[in-house]
Amino acid sequence: MNEISLMPEEQYRRLQQRNAAEVKELWDLLDQVKDPEVPVLSIWDLGILRDVERDGDRILVTITPTYSGCPAMNTITDDVIAALKANGYDDVEVKTKLSPAWSSEWMSPEGRRKLRNYGIAPPEDAELDEDGLTPDAHAQCPHCGSRNTRRISEFGSTACKALFQCNDCNEPFDYFKKI
Amino acid sequence: MSDAIKAATLEYATRLGDDSVVLGHRISEWVSYGPFLEEDIAYGNVALDYIGRARMFYTYAAELANDGRTEDDFAYMRSDREYRNLLLMEMPKGDFAYSQVRQLFADVYYTLVLPELLQSKDETLSAIAAKGIKETKYHLRRSRDWVLRLGDGTEESHKRTQKAVDALWGYTHEMFDMDETEQMLADAGIAVDVSKLRTAWHKMVSDILTEATLTVPEDGWAVRGGRTGYHTENLGHMLTEMQIVHRSHPGCQW
Ligand SMILES: [Zn+2]
Repeated sequence: MNEISLMPEEQYRRLQQRNAAEVKELWDLLDQVKDPEVPVLSIWDLGILRDVERDGDRILVTITPTYSGCPAMNTITDDVIAALKANGYDDVEVKTKLSPAWSSEWMSPEGRRKLRNYGIAPPEDAELDEDGLTPDAHAQCPHCGSRNTRRISEFGSTACKALFQCNDCNEPFDYFKKI
Repeated sequence: MSDAIKAATLEYATRLGDDSVVLGHRISEWVSYGPFLEEDIAYGNVALDYIGRARMFYTYAAELANDGRTEDDFAYMRSDREYRNLLLMEMPKGDFAYSQVRQLFADVYYTLVLPELLQSKDETLSAIAAKGIKETKYHLRRSRDWVLRLGDGTEESHKRTQKAVDALWGYTHEMFDMDETEQMLADAGIAVDVSKLRTAWHKMVSDILTEATLTVPEDGWAVRGGRTGYHTENLGHMLTEMQIVHRSHPGCQW
Protein backbone atom coordinates (compact mmCIF):
# COMPACT_ATOMS: atom_id res chain seq x y z
CA MET A 1 0.00 0.00 0.00
CA ASN A 2 1.33 3.42 -0.86
CA GLU A 3 0.86 6.03 1.78
CA ILE A 4 0.72 9.61 0.70
CA SER A 5 2.11 11.75 3.46
CA LEU A 6 1.60 15.48 3.63
CA MET A 7 4.99 15.93 5.19
CA PRO A 8 8.37 14.97 3.77
CA GLU A 9 9.71 11.79 5.33
CA GLU A 10 12.64 13.58 7.00
CA GLN A 11 10.38 16.07 8.75
CA TYR A 12 8.07 13.31 9.90
CA ARG A 13 10.98 11.39 11.41
CA ARG A 14 12.23 14.48 13.23
CA LEU A 15 8.80 15.14 14.67
CA GLN A 16 8.49 11.51 15.79
CA GLN A 17 11.90 11.73 17.44
CA ARG A 18 10.92 14.89 19.31
CA ASN A 19 7.56 13.56 20.44
CA ALA A 20 9.00 10.27 21.59
CA ALA A 21 11.92 11.85 23.44
CA GLU A 22 12.27 11.25 27.18
CA VAL A 23 13.39 14.84 27.56
CA LYS A 24 10.62 16.46 25.58
CA GLU A 25 10.82 19.57 27.79
CA LEU A 26 14.41 20.11 26.66
CA TRP A 27 13.41 19.96 23.00
CA ASP A 28 10.74 22.59 23.77
CA LEU A 29 13.28 24.71 25.58
CA LEU A 30 15.81 24.54 22.75
CA ASP A 31 13.05 25.38 20.28
CA GLN A 32 13.45 28.89 21.77
CA VAL A 33 17.04 29.21 20.55
CA LYS A 34 17.06 31.22 17.32
CA ASP A 35 19.35 30.99 14.34
CA PRO A 36 21.50 34.15 14.58
CA GLU A 37 21.29 34.77 10.82
CA VAL A 38 17.59 34.13 10.36
CA PRO A 39 16.27 35.15 13.77
CA VAL A 40 12.65 34.17 13.04
CA LEU A 41 13.70 30.51 12.86
CA SER A 42 14.60 28.39 15.84
CA ILE A 43 17.31 25.76 15.57
CA TRP A 44 14.46 23.23 15.63
CA ASP A 45 12.66 24.94 12.72
CA LEU A 46 15.83 24.93 10.67
CA GLY A 47 16.71 21.33 11.42
CA ILE A 48 20.02 22.18 13.04
CA LEU A 49 18.94 20.61 16.35
CA ARG A 50 19.48 16.92 15.86
CA ASP A 51 19.30 15.24 19.23
CA VAL A 52 18.94 15.93 22.95
CA GLU A 53 19.89 13.34 25.55
CA ARG A 54 20.14 13.30 29.34
CA ASP A 55 22.64 11.15 31.16
CA GLY A 56 22.19 11.76 34.88
CA ASP A 57 22.78 15.50 35.35
CA ARG A 58 24.57 15.78 32.06
CA ILE A 59 22.81 17.08 28.94
CA LEU A 60 24.19 16.16 25.54
CA VAL A 61 22.91 18.24 22.61
CA THR A 62 23.75 17.29 19.02
CA ILE A 63 23.63 19.90 16.28
CA THR A 64 24.53 19.84 12.60
CA PRO A 65 25.82 22.63 10.33
CA THR A 66 23.71 23.72 7.35
CA TYR A 67 26.73 24.63 5.19
CA SER A 68 30.38 23.65 5.69
CA GLY A 69 31.38 27.19 6.45
CA CYS A 70 28.29 28.19 8.43
CA PRO A 71 29.79 30.85 10.71
CA ALA A 72 26.80 30.67 13.05
CA MET A 73 27.70 27.31 14.59
CA ASN A 74 29.86 28.75 17.38
CA THR A 75 27.18 31.26 18.33
CA ILE A 76 24.52 28.57 18.26
CA THR A 77 26.63 26.37 20.54
CA ASP A 78 27.00 29.25 23.01
CA ASP A 79 23.28 30.05 22.82
CA VAL A 80 22.31 26.41 23.48
CA ILE A 81 24.54 26.30 26.55
CA ALA A 82 23.20 29.66 27.78
CA ALA A 83 19.57 28.60 27.30
CA LEU A 84 20.10 25.40 29.27
CA LYS A 85 22.12 27.15 32.00
CA ALA A 86 19.36 29.72 32.44
CA ASN A 87 17.06 26.81 33.23
CA GLY A 88 19.34 25.21 35.77
CA TYR A 89 21.23 22.74 33.58
CA ASP A 90 24.91 23.39 34.25
CA ASP A 91 26.51 20.29 32.81
CA VAL A 92 25.99 20.64 29.07
CA GLU A 93 27.92 19.31 26.12
CA VAL A 94 27.18 20.37 22.55
CA LYS A 95 28.39 18.01 19.87
CA THR A 96 28.53 18.73 16.13
CA LYS A 97 27.55 15.83 13.92
CA LEU A 98 28.22 15.96 10.18
CA SER A 99 26.50 12.79 9.00
CA PRO A 100 23.94 12.53 7.54
CA ALA A 101 24.48 15.90 5.87
CA TRP A 102 21.88 18.57 6.63
CA SER A 103 19.13 18.95 4.06
CA SER A 104 16.68 21.82 3.63
CA GLU A 105 13.98 19.10 3.70
CA TRP A 106 14.45 19.03 7.47
CA MET A 107 13.01 22.47 7.89
CA SER A 108 9.74 22.35 9.83
CA PRO A 109 6.43 23.43 8.23
CA GLU A 110 6.17 26.29 10.78
CA GLY A 111 9.72 27.25 9.77
CA ARG A 112 8.69 27.54 6.12
CA ARG A 113 5.74 29.74 7.02
CA LYS A 114 7.81 31.94 9.29
CA LEU A 115 10.45 32.31 6.60
CA ARG A 116 7.89 33.47 4.03
CA ASN A 117 6.39 35.99 6.44
CA TYR A 118 9.87 37.28 7.16
CA GLY A 119 10.39 38.02 3.44
CA ILE A 120 12.51 34.99 2.52
CA ALA A 121 11.18 32.48 -0.01
CA PRO A 122 11.48 28.96 1.47
CA PRO A 123 13.16 26.17 -0.58
CA GLU A 124 9.93 24.75 -2.03
CA ASP A 125 8.88 28.10 -3.51
CA ALA A 126 11.05 27.50 -6.59
CA GLU A 127 11.23 24.65 -9.10
CA LEU A 128 14.84 23.53 -9.32
CA ASP A 129 16.54 23.43 -12.71
CA GLU A 130 17.58 20.17 -14.42
CA ASP A 131 20.86 20.08 -12.46
CA GLY A 132 18.98 20.31 -9.18
CA LEU A 133 20.23 23.84 -8.58
CA THR A 134 18.52 27.17 -7.94
CA PRO A 135 16.70 28.21 -11.15
CA ASP A 136 17.36 31.56 -12.82
CA ALA A 137 13.71 32.64 -12.52
CA HIS A 138 10.25 32.03 -11.06
CA ALA A 139 10.91 31.64 -7.35
CA GLN A 140 7.70 32.86 -5.74
CA CYS A 141 7.92 36.40 -4.39
CA PRO A 142 7.26 36.33 -0.61
CA HIS A 143 5.91 39.90 -0.77
CA CYS A 144 3.26 39.72 -3.50
CA GLY A 145 3.14 36.02 -4.42
CA SER A 146 4.11 36.57 -8.05
CA ARG A 147 6.10 33.94 -9.93
CA ASN A 148 7.32 36.54 -12.36
CA THR A 149 10.74 36.90 -10.74
CA ARG A 150 14.37 36.55 -11.73
CA ARG A 151 17.55 35.50 -10.00
CA ILE A 152 20.00 38.35 -9.46
CA SER A 153 22.71 36.37 -7.71
CA GLU A 154 23.37 32.73 -7.00
CA PHE A 155 25.03 33.66 -3.73
CA GLY A 156 23.08 35.81 -1.32
CA SER A 157 23.74 37.50 2.00
CA THR A 158 24.61 34.12 3.54
CA ALA A 159 25.71 30.80 2.05
CA CYS A 160 22.22 29.33 2.39
CA LYS A 161 20.48 32.00 0.28
CA ALA A 162 20.28 33.24 -3.32
CA LEU A 163 19.08 36.71 -4.31
CA PHE A 164 16.00 37.27 -6.50
CA GLN A 165 14.02 40.27 -7.67
CA CYS A 166 10.28 40.39 -8.36
CA ASN A 167 9.34 41.81 -11.78
CA ASP A 168 5.84 42.72 -10.55
CA CYS A 169 6.37 44.48 -7.23
CA ASN A 170 10.09 45.17 -7.93
CA GLU A 171 11.13 44.08 -4.44
CA PRO A 172 14.35 42.11 -4.11
CA PHE A 173 14.14 39.05 -1.87
CA ASP A 174 16.25 36.20 -0.53
CA TYR A 175 15.50 32.63 -1.56
CA PHE A 176 16.52 29.91 0.88
CA LYS A 177 18.37 27.41 -1.33
CA LYS A 178 17.35 23.82 -1.52
CA ILE A 179 20.22 21.53 -0.66
CA MET B 1 42.04 1.37 13.19
CA SER B 2 45.66 0.16 13.01
CA ASP B 3 48.42 2.61 13.89
CA ALA B 4 49.67 2.72 10.30
CA ILE B 5 46.21 3.46 8.92
CA LYS B 6 45.61 6.04 11.62
CA ALA B 7 48.86 7.88 10.91
CA ALA B 8 48.14 7.82 7.18
CA THR B 9 44.58 9.06 7.68
CA LEU B 10 45.89 11.91 9.83
CA GLU B 11 48.27 12.85 7.01
CA TYR B 12 45.49 12.54 4.42
CA ALA B 13 42.99 14.67 6.38
CA THR B 14 45.72 17.29 6.85
CA ARG B 15 46.44 17.36 3.11
CA LEU B 16 42.79 17.80 2.24
CA GLY B 17 42.44 20.47 4.92
CA ASP B 18 45.51 22.27 3.53
CA ASP B 19 44.05 22.27 0.01
CA SER B 20 40.82 23.77 1.33
CA VAL B 21 42.24 26.42 3.61
CA VAL B 22 44.80 27.65 1.07
CA LEU B 23 42.29 27.88 -1.76
CA GLY B 24 39.70 29.39 0.61
CA HIS B 25 42.18 32.05 1.64
CA ARG B 26 43.10 32.85 -1.96
CA ILE B 27 39.43 33.25 -2.86
CA SER B 28 38.84 35.44 0.18
CA GLU B 29 41.49 37.86 -1.12
CA TRP B 30 38.88 38.94 -3.69
CA VAL B 31 36.43 40.12 -1.04
CA SER B 32 35.85 43.86 -1.53
CA TYR B 33 37.67 43.71 -4.90
CA GLY B 34 34.96 41.89 -6.87
CA PRO B 35 33.89 43.45 -10.19
CA PHE B 36 30.39 44.09 -8.81
CA LEU B 37 28.54 43.57 -5.57
CA GLU B 38 26.93 40.19 -6.31
CA GLU B 39 30.22 38.77 -7.51
CA ASP B 40 31.92 40.07 -4.41
CA ILE B 41 29.37 38.28 -2.25
CA ALA B 42 29.72 35.12 -4.31
CA TYR B 43 33.47 35.11 -3.67
CA GLY B 44 32.87 35.49 0.05
CA ASN B 45 30.41 32.60 0.01
CA VAL B 46 32.68 30.24 -1.89
CA ALA B 47 35.64 31.13 0.34
CA LEU B 48 33.52 30.34 3.38
CA ASP B 49 32.59 26.92 1.99
CA TYR B 50 36.26 26.05 1.57
CA ILE B 51 37.32 27.40 4.95
CA GLY B 52 34.44 25.49 6.55
CA ARG B 53 35.61 22.34 4.81
CA ALA B 54 39.16 22.94 6.03
CA ARG B 55 37.87 23.27 9.58
CA MET B 56 36.17 19.88 9.35
CA PHE B 57 39.28 18.18 7.96
CA TYR B 58 41.51 19.82 10.59
CA THR B 59 39.14 19.00 13.41
CA TYR B 60 39.30 15.38 12.33
CA ALA B 61 43.10 15.53 11.98
CA ALA B 62 43.35 16.94 15.51
CA GLU B 63 41.11 14.16 16.80
CA LEU B 64 43.33 11.53 15.17
CA ALA B 65 46.53 13.21 16.38
CA ASN B 66 45.13 13.29 19.93
CA ASP B 67 48.09 15.31 21.17
CA GLY B 68 46.30 18.40 22.43
CA ARG B 69 46.40 20.26 19.12
CA THR B 70 43.24 21.86 17.75
CA GLU B 71 42.10 22.81 14.26
CA ASP B 72 43.69 26.24 14.82
CA ASP B 73 47.10 24.71 15.44
CA PHE B 74 46.89 22.97 12.09
CA ALA B 75 45.93 26.15 10.25
CA TYR B 76 48.01 28.73 12.07
CA MET B 77 51.00 27.05 13.66
CA ARG B 78 52.55 25.19 10.75
CA SER B 79 55.09 26.73 8.37
CA ASP B 80 54.98 26.50 4.59
CA ARG B 81 57.32 23.48 4.63
CA GLU B 82 54.80 21.68 6.80
CA TYR B 83 51.87 22.48 4.52
CA ARG B 84 50.90 19.70 2.11
CA ASN B 85 48.51 21.47 -0.25
CA LEU B 86 48.54 21.16 -4.03
CA LEU B 87 50.50 23.98 -5.64
CA LEU B 88 47.54 25.01 -7.79
CA MET B 89 45.71 26.20 -4.66
CA GLU B 90 48.49 28.54 -3.49
CA MET B 91 49.05 30.46 -6.73
CA PRO B 92 48.39 34.18 -6.19
CA LYS B 93 44.94 35.41 -7.15
CA GLY B 94 46.20 37.12 -10.32
CA ASP B 95 43.58 38.86 -12.42
CA PHE B 96 39.92 37.89 -12.47
CA ALA B 97 40.37 35.47 -15.38
CA TYR B 98 43.27 33.75 -13.63
CA SER B 99 41.25 33.19 -10.46
CA GLN B 100 38.24 31.89 -12.37
CA VAL B 101 40.33 29.46 -14.43
CA ARG B 102 42.01 28.13 -11.28
CA GLN B 103 38.54 27.83 -9.73
CA LEU B 104 37.26 25.89 -12.73
CA PHE B 105 40.20 23.46 -12.50
CA ALA B 106 39.56 23.00 -8.78
CA ASP B 107 35.77 22.76 -9.11
CA VAL B 108 35.94 20.07 -11.79
CA TYR B 109 38.47 18.24 -9.61
CA TYR B 110 36.18 18.28 -6.57
CA THR B 111 33.20 17.35 -8.73
CA LEU B 112 35.08 14.10 -9.38
CA VAL B 113 36.88 13.61 -6.05
CA LEU B 114 34.06 14.22 -3.57
CA PRO B 115 31.60 11.55 -4.82
CA GLU B 116 34.50 9.07 -4.54
CA LEU B 117 35.36 10.27 -1.05
CA LEU B 118 31.70 9.85 -0.12
CA GLN B 119 32.28 6.10 -0.63
CA SER B 120 35.18 6.12 1.85
CA LYS B 121 35.07 3.52 4.60
CA ASP B 122 36.11 6.32 6.94
CA GLU B 123 32.80 7.76 8.19
CA THR B 124 34.11 11.24 8.95
CA LEU B 125 35.78 11.70 5.57
CA SER B 126 32.61 10.47 3.92
CA ALA B 127 30.47 12.92 5.92
CA ILE B 128 32.71 15.86 5.00
CA ALA B 129 32.47 14.85 1.33
CA ALA B 130 28.67 14.69 1.57
CA LYS B 131 28.56 18.32 2.68
CA GLY B 132 30.92 19.41 -0.07
CA ILE B 133 29.16 17.75 -3.00
CA LYS B 134 26.15 20.06 -3.14
CA GLU B 135 28.27 23.16 -2.55
CA THR B 136 30.59 22.15 -5.38
CA LYS B 137 27.68 22.01 -7.83
CA TYR B 138 27.10 25.70 -7.20
CA HIS B 139 30.80 26.51 -7.37
CA LEU B 140 31.21 24.75 -10.69
CA ARG B 141 28.20 26.41 -12.26
CA ARG B 142 29.69 29.78 -11.40
CA SER B 143 33.29 29.16 -12.52
CA ARG B 144 32.10 27.43 -15.69
CA ASP B 145 29.81 30.36 -16.55
CA TRP B 146 32.63 32.82 -15.99
CA VAL B 147 35.16 30.92 -18.08
CA LEU B 148 32.61 30.68 -20.93
CA ARG B 149 31.82 34.36 -20.64
CA LEU B 150 35.44 35.49 -20.48
CA GLY B 151 36.81 33.04 -23.05
CA ASP B 152 34.06 33.74 -25.52
CA GLY B 153 33.94 37.43 -24.62
CA THR B 154 36.03 40.37 -25.83
CA GLU B 155 39.43 40.10 -27.43
CA GLU B 156 40.99 41.25 -24.15
CA SER B 157 39.07 38.83 -21.92
CA HIS B 158 39.80 35.95 -24.30
CA LYS B 159 43.51 36.78 -24.31
CA ARG B 160 43.71 36.95 -20.53
CA THR B 161 41.74 33.76 -20.01
CA GLN B 162 43.90 31.80 -22.46
CA LYS B 163 46.99 33.17 -20.74
CA ALA B 164 45.63 31.95 -17.38
CA VAL B 165 44.86 28.49 -18.79
CA ASP B 166 48.38 28.20 -20.19
CA ALA B 167 49.99 29.50 -16.99
CA LEU B 168 48.06 27.14 -14.68
CA TRP B 169 48.00 23.99 -16.79
CA GLY B 170 51.38 22.74 -15.56
CA TYR B 171 50.15 22.85 -11.97
CA THR B 172 47.22 20.52 -12.62
CA HIS B 173 49.20 17.28 -13.14
CA GLU B 174 50.08 17.06 -9.47
CA MET B 175 46.39 16.74 -8.59
CA PHE B 176 46.39 13.18 -9.91
CA ASP B 177 49.59 11.91 -8.26
CA MET B 178 49.43 9.10 -5.76
CA ASP B 179 52.16 8.40 -3.21
CA GLU B 180 52.64 5.48 -0.81
CA THR B 181 50.50 7.01 1.90
CA GLU B 182 47.51 7.64 -0.33
CA GLN B 183 47.92 4.33 -2.15
CA MET B 184 47.81 2.45 1.14
CA LEU B 185 44.67 4.33 2.14
CA ALA B 186 43.10 3.83 -1.28
CA ASP B 187 43.76 0.08 -1.02
CA ALA B 188 42.05 0.15 2.37
CA GLY B 189 39.01 1.87 0.84
CA ILE B 190 39.65 5.11 2.73
CA ALA B 191 41.32 7.51 0.28
CA VAL B 192 40.37 8.37 -3.28
CA ASP B 193 42.61 6.98 -6.01
CA VAL B 194 42.95 10.31 -7.81
CA SER B 195 45.11 8.81 -10.58
CA LYS B 196 41.93 7.22 -11.94
CA LEU B 197 40.18 10.59 -12.26
CA ARG B 198 42.62 12.21 -14.61
CA THR B 199 40.95 11.20 -17.88
CA ALA B 200 37.52 12.35 -16.71
CA TRP B 201 38.95 15.67 -15.48
CA HIS B 202 40.73 16.26 -18.78
CA LYS B 203 37.55 15.55 -20.73
CA MET B 204 35.31 17.80 -18.63
CA VAL B 205 37.79 20.69 -18.62
CA SER B 206 38.55 20.33 -22.33
CA ASP B 207 34.83 20.43 -23.21
CA ILE B 208 34.36 23.65 -21.24
CA LEU B 209 37.52 25.30 -22.60
CA THR B 210 36.55 24.38 -26.16
CA GLU B 211 33.05 25.76 -25.69
CA ALA B 212 34.70 28.94 -24.40
CA THR B 213 36.70 29.11 -27.69
CA LEU B 214 39.90 28.52 -25.72
CA THR B 215 42.74 26.19 -26.66
CA VAL B 216 43.42 23.17 -24.48
CA PRO B 217 47.17 23.23 -23.76
CA GLU B 218 49.54 20.37 -24.57
CA ASP B 219 50.99 18.60 -21.54
CA GLY B 220 54.42 20.14 -22.03
CA TRP B 221 55.56 20.88 -18.49
CA ALA B 222 54.57 20.01 -14.93
CA VAL B 223 55.44 21.37 -11.50
CA ARG B 224 55.14 19.14 -8.46
CA GLY B 225 56.03 19.26 -4.79
CA GLY B 226 53.06 20.42 -2.72
CA ARG B 227 52.34 17.03 -1.17
CA THR B 228 55.94 16.76 0.06
CA GLY B 229 56.09 20.32 1.38
CA TYR B 230 58.09 21.85 -1.48
CA HIS B 231 56.09 24.93 -2.36
CA THR B 232 56.35 27.94 -4.62
CA GLU B 233 57.47 31.14 -2.92
CA ASN B 234 53.83 32.26 -2.88
CA LEU B 235 52.69 30.07 -0.01
CA GLY B 236 55.12 31.55 2.52
CA HIS B 237 53.86 35.06 1.81
CA MET B 238 50.26 33.94 2.01
CA LEU B 239 50.73 32.15 5.33
CA THR B 240 52.53 35.14 6.81
CA GLU B 241 49.42 37.19 6.27
CA MET B 242 47.00 34.43 7.22
CA GLN B 243 48.80 33.51 10.44
CA ILE B 244 50.04 36.83 11.78
CA VAL B 245 47.13 37.66 14.09
CA HIS B 246 47.03 34.21 15.62
CA ARG B 247 50.78 34.08 16.14
CA SER B 248 50.99 37.62 17.51
CA HIS B 249 48.38 36.91 20.19
CA PRO B 250 48.91 33.31 21.26
CA GLY B 251 45.90 31.79 22.98
CA CYS B 252 43.84 34.97 22.63
CA GLN B 253 40.07 34.52 23.04
CA TRP B 254 37.31 36.99 22.32
ZN1 LIG C 1 6.58 40.66 -5.74
